[in-house]
Amino acid sequence: MTGSTAIRVENLSKTFDTAAVLHDLSLDVRAGELLALLGPSGSGKTTLLRIIAGLDFPDRGRIVFGAEDATRLPVQQRAVGFVFQHYALFKHMSVADNIAYGLNARKRSERPAKAEIKRRVGDLLDLIKLSGFADRYPSQLSGGQRQRIALARALAVEPRVLLLDEPFGALDAQVRKDLRRWLREIHDRTGQTTIFVTHDQDEALELSDRVAVLAKGRLEQIGSPDEVQEAPVSATVLKFLGDTIEVEAIAQGGEVRVDGRLTPVTAPAGLVGPVKLYARPWQLQFAESHEAHLHGTVRSSYRSQGRQRIEVDRPEGKTVVVEASDTARLPAGRPVGLRILAGHVFAG
Amino acid sequence: MEPPLRPRRRFRQPSVLPGFGLTLGYTLTCLGLIVLLPLAALVVRASGLGLSGIWEVATDPRVASALRVSFGVSALAALTASIFGFLIAWVLTRYEFPGRRIVDAVVDLPFALPTAVAGIALASLYAPNGLVGAQLAKLGIEAAYTPVGIYIAMVFIGLPFAVRTVQPLIVEIDREIEEASATLGAGRLHTLTRVVLPPLIPAVLTGFALAFARGVGEYGSIIFIAGNLPYVSEIAPLLIVIKLSEFDYGGACAIATIMLGISFVTLLAINLIQAWSRRRFGYV
Amino acid sequence: MSEIATELPRQQPASVVTEGGLVRGLLIAVAIVFLALFLVLPLATVFAQALAKGWDAYIAAFHEPDAQSAIRLTLITAAIAVPFNLVFGIMASWAIAKFEFTGKNLLVTLIDLPFSVSPVVSGLIYVLVFGSQGLLGPWLLDHDIQIIFALPGIVLATIFVTFPFVARQLIPLMQEQGTAEEEAALTLGASGWHAFRTVTLPNIRWGLLYSVLLCNARAMGEFGAVSVVSGHIRGLTNTLPLHVEILYNEYNFVASFAVASLLAGLALVTLGLKSLLEWRYAGDIAASGRH
Repeated sequence: MTGSTAIRVENLSKTFDTAAVLHDLSLDVRAGELLALLGPSGSGKTTLLRIIAGLDFPDRGRIVFGAEDATRLPVQQRAVGFVFQHYALFKHMSVADNIAYGLNARKRSERPAKAEIKRRVGDLLDLIKLSGFADRYPSQLSGGQRQRIALARALAVEPRVLLLDEPFGALDAQVRKDLRRWLREIHDRTGQTTIFVTHDQDEALELSDRVAVLAKGRLEQIGSPDEVQEAPVSATVLKFLGDTIEVEAIAQGGEVRVDGRLTPVTAPAGLVGPVKLYARPWQLQFAESHEAHLHGTVRSSYRSQGRQRIEVDRPEGKTVVVEASDTARLPAGRPVGLRILAGHVFAG
Repeated sequence: MEPPLRPRRRFRQPSVLPGFGLTLGYTLTCLGLIVLLPLAALVVRASGLGLSGIWEVATDPRVASALRVSFGVSALAALTASIFGFLIAWVLTRYEFPGRRIVDAVVDLPFALPTAVAGIALASLYAPNGLVGAQLAKLGIEAAYTPVGIYIAMVFIGLPFAVRTVQPLIVEIDREIEEASATLGAGRLHTLTRVVLPPLIPAVLTGFALAFARGVGEYGSIIFIAGNLPYVSEIAPLLIVIKLSEFDYGGACAIATIMLGISFVTLLAINLIQAWSRRRFGYV
Repeated sequence: MSEIATELPRQQPASVVTEGGLVRGLLIAVAIVFLALFLVLPLATVFAQALAKGWDAYIAAFHEPDAQSAIRLTLITAAIAVPFNLVFGIMASWAIAKFEFTGKNLLVTLIDLPFSVSPVVSGLIYVLVFGSQGLLGPWLLDHDIQIIFALPGIVLATIFVTFPFVARQLIPLMQEQGTAEEEAALTLGASGWHAFRTVTLPNIRWGLLYSVLLCNARAMGEFGAVSVVSGHIRGLTNTLPLHVEILYNEYNFVASFAVASLLAGLALVTLGLKSLLEWRYAGDIAASGRH
């Protein structure tokens, strides 16, 4: 389903007043894919989305839609479907009028007939499972329903690409989960090229075909959810994708040692000397002192969803969190050893 | 390697919305032609007189007396309006009573009622043979044709300013703050004077300044009740009209300049109060 | 449970966040008496005096040709000044609320300026520009153009005093509404004008109506500024408020108050509609407080 390049972002740079928000950023969006722009707030992801939509303007760089340079193309002619973070539904229009807005805004010669518009609105309402809601007003809808209306409104103009800005940001946890699944379903059914912005790793990893991780206005990595998790290209990406434990280590000849002890982690070729080893909480295991890489004392522990999370104070003052399947409860103050089972190393 | 981006300040942040040039251009044109250019004419004319010329007019006994009456009475009236305005705003936001909405609407009457209409109504009410004037006369108070009449008209005109600047702030007082004060053992009076009132002071001062500025400039509602006796109950705006009818443009400009100067000082004071309030309380 | 409940005093204790009943009653009474004395009584006086010599005398005041020409002039003035300020207000608030640019605060302050200028001074400045001794006076005289003591002067002075009404109402309202809805309309293919008509305008309609109402009341009732530029020529340059003044100064009280009652009626209608709008569309009229 995914294939040729639908949108190419080339060397995009953008400053606001004096602060740079995008640095020479390039990326390709494949036709039919669901791409997540993932990054912390201030990483420039929303700005990138708005530039693609034609709502913001780059200082430098190009946006190419298919074979057409769209950098100077006015927003009206870009044929993008944009779903705003707070939906931006037209308060004074009914749901049906909201969805039909883009069709009604067309020049008379290009505007579908009234009956056709009505039919399209009906189809879209079916698609978003809000068939009986045509005559309601946005104020009479729940947050999740508004979100779906905003999506239908964007789809009504048959956009080349669907752009969603933090689509689930304003919703509570349960609705958010349902909508995620639903959005994936819609995407699978329509095959619509879609880019969405999020700061929630779970959301990006669960939903997307590919994830583009942004930090400080630069593209850190782009790849499938598996790729970015298994082979993060930088500590930034690794840290942003989940909790990590950071440990000083020494790399030599591809081997990585912590506290003089060999670990199962391998260092990429060329990385030699003091490095940082990063491990996830579940990549550590309690071990006897003689085979442990780290030592410390238990500060506290708690259980959550069948796992046990133990906070361990290390002698140099740092606290690490270890995740273990239900072992016997460890009392606070007990000295423990920790063994590293897996992880990634990057230059310190 | 591309050259580093040169961060530059722009006159305007770029936006996809159209019409900035058109609407800003239209706005500036209208503002310039209707407001700024005519006001500049006054400044040009006044600067022709020079400071000494203006001072000469200002110290003319009749003019000085009119300025004294305008500013002095207006300050008193603004004080009255502020006190009762606060009370009215408090009653309107805090208490439920039948007809509250109508009372609330009535507060804006001086905004809506043409000043000339208010002027003749006040004059006939407070004239010695008027409904209120007759009662006041029994108490030995002459209202009409004295500064007392000017005071009454200025309270009338200033009241809505005093009420409407404080009212929204009273609405937004967080009840939890008062409850917190009560749980800490403070009595109601203590809570009011120590917790509720202090944050409202900037708004009260702003309301006072607005009412004061309005009172100083007011013309229509005053001239009928004031009697306009030179040296007694003649106000500065009336003197401008008199000078104009005598074709004494210079004199009119001098008085107007003094009044404008003082309005600007008042405006400045309001802005300073608000800036202080923003720093101190986090809001205007 | 029920035993405990019955032991509670039947009278609820006074809330900790309000004053005692007596104090409350007293404050309400003071507020109402003050407002009645200072605001309502003058209003009632207008109607009482207007009808003091009966209905016929009241009606007669309006049959006078001078009164009719004053009504006509007032309507014409408002019919020019209000639409002018309406267009200006929309233009200014679009530029100011929807865009970020340097010097915005200064611009807003300058637009508000006419509110802090005495009405008499507002009239004076036009005399200084267009009057016979004014900057453009000789030129206007040569070309036989009359502005002061004529309709154009009255209209200009009226526009000046009502200049900020629409803009200062719409700017905060449009600022609060932000630009997302307009941007959404543009992404859906709407032109800027189409987006303004179908999205912006409906969003500000109640605030717009509200400000036009107040602008109109002031335009029809303005006295000081118009008085300075009008020249008080009966039947020609007298607006309703000026006509009220002339009749009053001629001791023709019934006629004066009769004409005044017309303006007072306008004020009451304005207040009524204004309150109605405030109750029904509070959120659509003004930006909701400070942020």
